[in-house]
Parts: sequence; C-alpha cells; structure tokens
Amino acid sequence: MARWGMVIDLDCCTACQACVVACQAENNQPPPQAGQAQMGRSIAWMELVTYHEGQYPNVKLRILPRPCMHCDEPPCVKVCPVGATYKSEEGIVGQIFGRCIGCRYCTTACPYTVRYFNWYEPVWPEPMQKGLNPDVSIRPKGVVEKCTLCHHRLIKANDLARYENRPLRPGEYVPACVESCPASAMVFGDLDDPESEVSQLAHSRRAFHLLEDLGTEPKVIYLQEKE
Amino acid sequence: MSALAAPSHSLSGLGEDAILIEPIIRTTARFYLFTGFLLSFVLLGVVAYVHQYRSGLGVTGLNRPVYWGVYITNFVFFIGISHAGTLISAILRIVGAEWRRTITRSAEVITVMVLLFGVGSILIDLGRPDRMLNVVKHAHLQSPLLWDVCSISVYLTCSTIYLYLPLIPDIAILRDHTSKRRWLYRTLALGWKGTPRQYRVLETLMAVMAVLVIPVAISVHTVVSFVFAMTIQPMWHSAIFGPFFVVGAIFSGIAALICAMALIRWGYGLGAYLKPIHFNNLGLLLLVMSLLWLYFTASEFLTTFYGHEPSHMAVFNAKFYGPYAPHFWTMCLTCFVIPFVILCNRKTRTIAGTVVASISVNIGMYLERYIIVVPSLSNPRLPHEPAVYGPTWVEWGIFSGCFAAFVLAYALFTKFFPIVSIWEVKEGREKAVAEVSGRIRQYLPASPDTPEVEPDDEHGTTTPMVEVAGV
Repeated sequence: MARWGMVIDLDCCTACQACVVACQAENNQPPPQAGQAQMGRSIAWMELVTYHEGQYPNVKLRILPRPCMHCDEPPCVKVCPVGATYKSEEGIVGQIFGRCIGCRYCTTACPYTVRYFNWYEPVWPEPMQKGLNPDVSIRPKGVVEKCTLCHHRLIKANDLARYENRPLRPGEYVPACVESCPASAMVFGDLDDPESEVSQLAHSRRAFHLLEDLGTEPKVIYLQEKE
Repeated sequence: MSALAAPSHSLSGLGEDAILIEPIIRTTARFYLFTGFLLSFVLLGVVAYVHQYRSGLGVTGLNRPVYWGVYITNFVFFIGISHAGTLISAILRIVGAEWRRTITRSAEVITVMVLLFGVGSILIDLGRPDRMLNVVKHAHLQSPLLWDVCSISVYLTCSTIYLYLPLIPDIAILRDHTSKRRWLYRTLALGWKGTPRQYRVLETLMAVMAVLVIPVAISVHTVVSFVFAMTIQPMWHSAIFGPFFVVGAIFSGIAALICAMALIRWGYGLGAYLKPIHFNNLGLLLLVMSLLWLYFTASEFLTTFYGHEPSHMAVFNAKFYGPYAPHFWTMCLTCFVIPFVILCNRKTRTIAGTVVASISVNIGMYLERYIIVVPSLSNPRLPHEPAVYGPTWVEWGIFSGCFAAFVLAYALFTKFFPIVSIWEVKEGREKAVAEVSGRIRQYLPASPDTPEVEPDDEHGTTTPMVEVAGV
C-alpha cells in the first residue's frame, strides 16, 4: 500500500503561484465573489504562505507553497462529528462533501488552516463554466472543502492500471500542483517506496515539516533553502 | 394517616398563597405589552435566520481563520446560564437549605428553557442544518461535539423531569382551584391526590433526581469546554478548561437566576416570597463564584504568560493589548471588580445591588465566552492575511432573537404554572419550621430536659413527609 507524499524544495521554488492556479482550475474552486477576498473568504487549496524574518534593514522574506499537509495524525479527522473527513488507507486526508454538516470544527482544529468553507453557493463567470473539471464534484454552499491531493487522478490512474492488468507505475498519479510546477520544485510519490525520488528527498538533511513539534506527522515535506 | 394528609393540599384553600396563581388566572395589559416587545425581537431573529438559511453563512462576519464567532459564543453562554437552575436547585435541596423553597422553581425553569437555545445556537451555526441528522446517522464518537450531543440530551431530559416532579402537586392545585385549561392540568397532574404514599414516592424521586442531575450538569459544561480544549490551538488546549467552564457556568447561572427572580418579584408583586434575604444569600454565592472566577482566570493567564510560547503569546497579547483588549478589560471589570465591590458590602448587597451585579456578571461572562472563541482563531499558528471578525446584523439579530425567545418562553411558563412552588412553601410553613428546630437540637449535646428521639415526636403531629425528608 502506497503512502502518498510530497516534497517541496524551497530552493527551487520561484513563488510563481502556478501551483495555486493549477489547483484552482483542476479542483473547480470558485473565484471569490466581489468583496469576499478582502474578508478572507477566497478559496485556494494551495496557497503561498509568507514568513517575514528579521528586522529592517536585514529583512528576509520566506515563501512556502502550502497545500494540505495530509497529516498521518490529522487533528481535523478526530473532531468531525459525522466522519465527513477521514484518512484513507493510502494516507490521503479526504472530505465527503455530501456528508459534511458545515459545523466547521475541522477548520478550527487544523493548525495549518488549510480548510475552506463555502460561505455562499459557488458561482463561476460565464466563460469559466465550460472549463470546469468533470472529474471533481462542485461543492454546495455550507460545506467544508480542502486539498484532496487530486484524489480523482489517483482513482483514474488506478482504474487504468487495473484495466491493463498491471500495478500502478510511479509518476502515473501526480497532483495538478506538482505537474504544473515550472521550476520542478515539487516532487510527488510513494513515501514508503525507498526507491522513489520523493522518499529519498524526504530523508535529505534539508528536510523539515511545518510545525513539526505538534506531532501531526505531515506527509508534505519541505527542503530548506541552501545557504 | 390519610385523613391527616388530606387537608394539606386542597380543602383548606390556598389562603395567603392565592397570589401565586394570580398570574395564571389574570393577564395584565403590561404582560401583553412585554410579550409584544419580546416578539418583535423574536421576529427580527427569525428574519435574520431565514436570510442566513437562504443565502449561506456568508451573511455573517465569519471568515478564514475566524470560523466560529457569535453563534458559538451564544452556545457556550446559553449552556452556561442553564447551570443556574437544576444544579443550584439540586444542591440547595440536598443540603436542605430551607430558603430554597421559593426560588427552586424559577431556577429550574431557566435550565430547561435556555438549554433549548443553547442547542439551537449550534444548529444555527451549521452550514448545512438540513443534514443535522447525520450526527445520529454517521455518529463519530471520537468528536467532542458528539459528547456534547450526548451529554446535553441527557441533561435536558433530566432537567425536564427534575422540573416536572415538584410541579405535580402544584398542577393538582391548579386542577382543583382554577377553571382554566382543565384538560391540561388534569393530564399533567397524573391523578395526584396528595396521599402520604404519593408524597413519599415524589420525595424519593426528587431526591434521586437531585443527586443524579449534579454529575450530569457538571459533565455538560465540561464537555462544552472540551470542544475547545481537545484541539491543539493556542490558549484552547488547556487542562483547566473543564473546571474553568463549570465555574463560569455556575457564575453566570446564579447571575441569571437573580435577574429572573427580580423580574418575577417586580412583575407579579411577589415581594413576600422573594425576599431581600434570598437575594442576599444568592448574592453571597455570586460573590464566592466571582472570586473563584478570578482564581481560574488568573491561573489560566499566568501560566500562559510565564510559559511564553510564541503561538500562545500571540493570543495572549491580542487579549491584553491587541484588538480584544476592550473586551478583555471590560470582562475583568464586569466579572470581578463591579460584582466584588457591590457584593462584599452588606449595605449594597440589596435587591437592587445584587441585580446590578448580576447584569454586570452576565455581560462579563458573555464577553469571556467571546474572547475565548475568537482571539484563538484569529491568531493561527501559520502566517495569514489579516482578517478581522466583526459580527453582522444577522448575528446580532439572531442573538437578540434567541434571548428574547428565551425570556418569552420563561414568561409564558409563568402563565401556565406557578413560578413559586406553592406546596413547598406550604410544606415549609407547616412542617419545616418544626423539623429544622428539631434538626438543630440534634446537632447540640442533649440537655437533660429534652427527650432524645425528636423526629418520632413530630411524626404524629404533622404531615407524613417527615419520614423521607426529615432525616
């Protein structure tokens, strides 16, 4: 059984936000309605987080692409009263949109604030409606949504592999953000496969987790910038 | 025996207690005016909720990361107030505090009525209220919210039974003395005739429920606090939260009870039943709770400050100096300074004084709930875009609607049932005076001229309730 994970090399990342846009397009995230972005209600499963370090004039800005961490010990899954969020056997933290009651307990429990809520019924401008991804369901108002590691792509790849009667090949299942990265800063794969690039990079000396001390065991691993 | 017991309920008439069923028989223009006033707020709440239901939670001021706001504050606050009733009444009954007789009913009603709005606040907060039955269908017992569901439903059931039991003899009085709603009172009186056996069963059941309801009440507010404490968010993840919330609940509960009693006393002219001594005693309890509140608050903030963990300090600073400082310092003023100054002085511990202190405490406790919920959320661990939470008219409309509906439900209760327990007052007059003096004599070393076996002596002369209640 694979344990899907992602490595993000901060030394390569140019903060171009291609991953953010790719994720929004792939996963049918509605653009914010007028005035909603200022209220902090825009939805972006993949987001750039900025850390300001030091005092003027020695200021350093660090930028981290931040998807869901897909924790091995997810604080969000524990608290959901209806089991609408779960960790799959392959380690993906998913959300059952059709079951979620919208209590937003998971959104408050997540220390990475990676969960988003549908404050209104989602609306797309006319030209964008044709571009919606038919593989991803559209969330109604009142439910929580989050990064699924493009789970629909895994289902598709698995189906194909089963049809061709062979195991899933490495690189066959890749989330949209990783696929779109022009700087190849993101690597995706099976963390349990010692041969995979992702697991080798995860053991690099530059590797670290976000908020490591919380013990959430994220499966998104960052590589520190080189000096 | 039965011949002795019979006069103790109906035949002798209500006499001086007739004023207690006055509100049920007659409704003044003032009451209708009051009802109309409350109904306008209820209407506002309904309009606000319909708007929210149709548009989505976007009509609130909530955002990411402040996913919870006024509704969750309302939930914690209303559940807190519910501790006024059942818990205080049960404790006073168990310890045999005789001054309880005129106040227990008004306390117990608060619990049952306000619990409905506590649960309602959670449902109002849901993004998908149409799916609320998923909580039963897909119950995930690991979630503290589900512990709430279990605990609160047990509490609501127990409190309702606990309110109903002592109501039965009074319903029988209404059945026998009024011509209104006879079918209702006949059904609810369960054939109460006031026989010694019936009294014995009733007293036993009340004693059992009083004991049973205490752990349930404690558990309710503990698991409400667990909703926050079980997460790992800064200044939520605290082991002190369970007892802290219970203390806060009893604190705001007593304050709510004092306000309700003052309203009843003023509205129905029950000055002879709800006397300054009752307000004085409850005021003393409120004073003790205010000190306990200070103790818990100080422990909570000092440990956070001393540990000085950055993520916790961000919340701490937001409360002490930041955007939530007005709320925080007002809370300190209204939860401690004002009630302490008023209540520790006998001269100001009057009815007016305790009411002022109680209103102050309730404002303060609402603010406390608010600054527990919001600042932790607005200061998440990861850097974020600054997003400020300010409740909208929808949230305030729903809050005022819920509050008005609670007061209205309470007022309507007083129109259906006596808000001061008639039979318990009568029992106090007829029996408890002798019983208490007997009890006091038991505490003291026997003097040579008094016989040792007091209770037996009274047994023959008064009502047979002594057998159960008099020990």
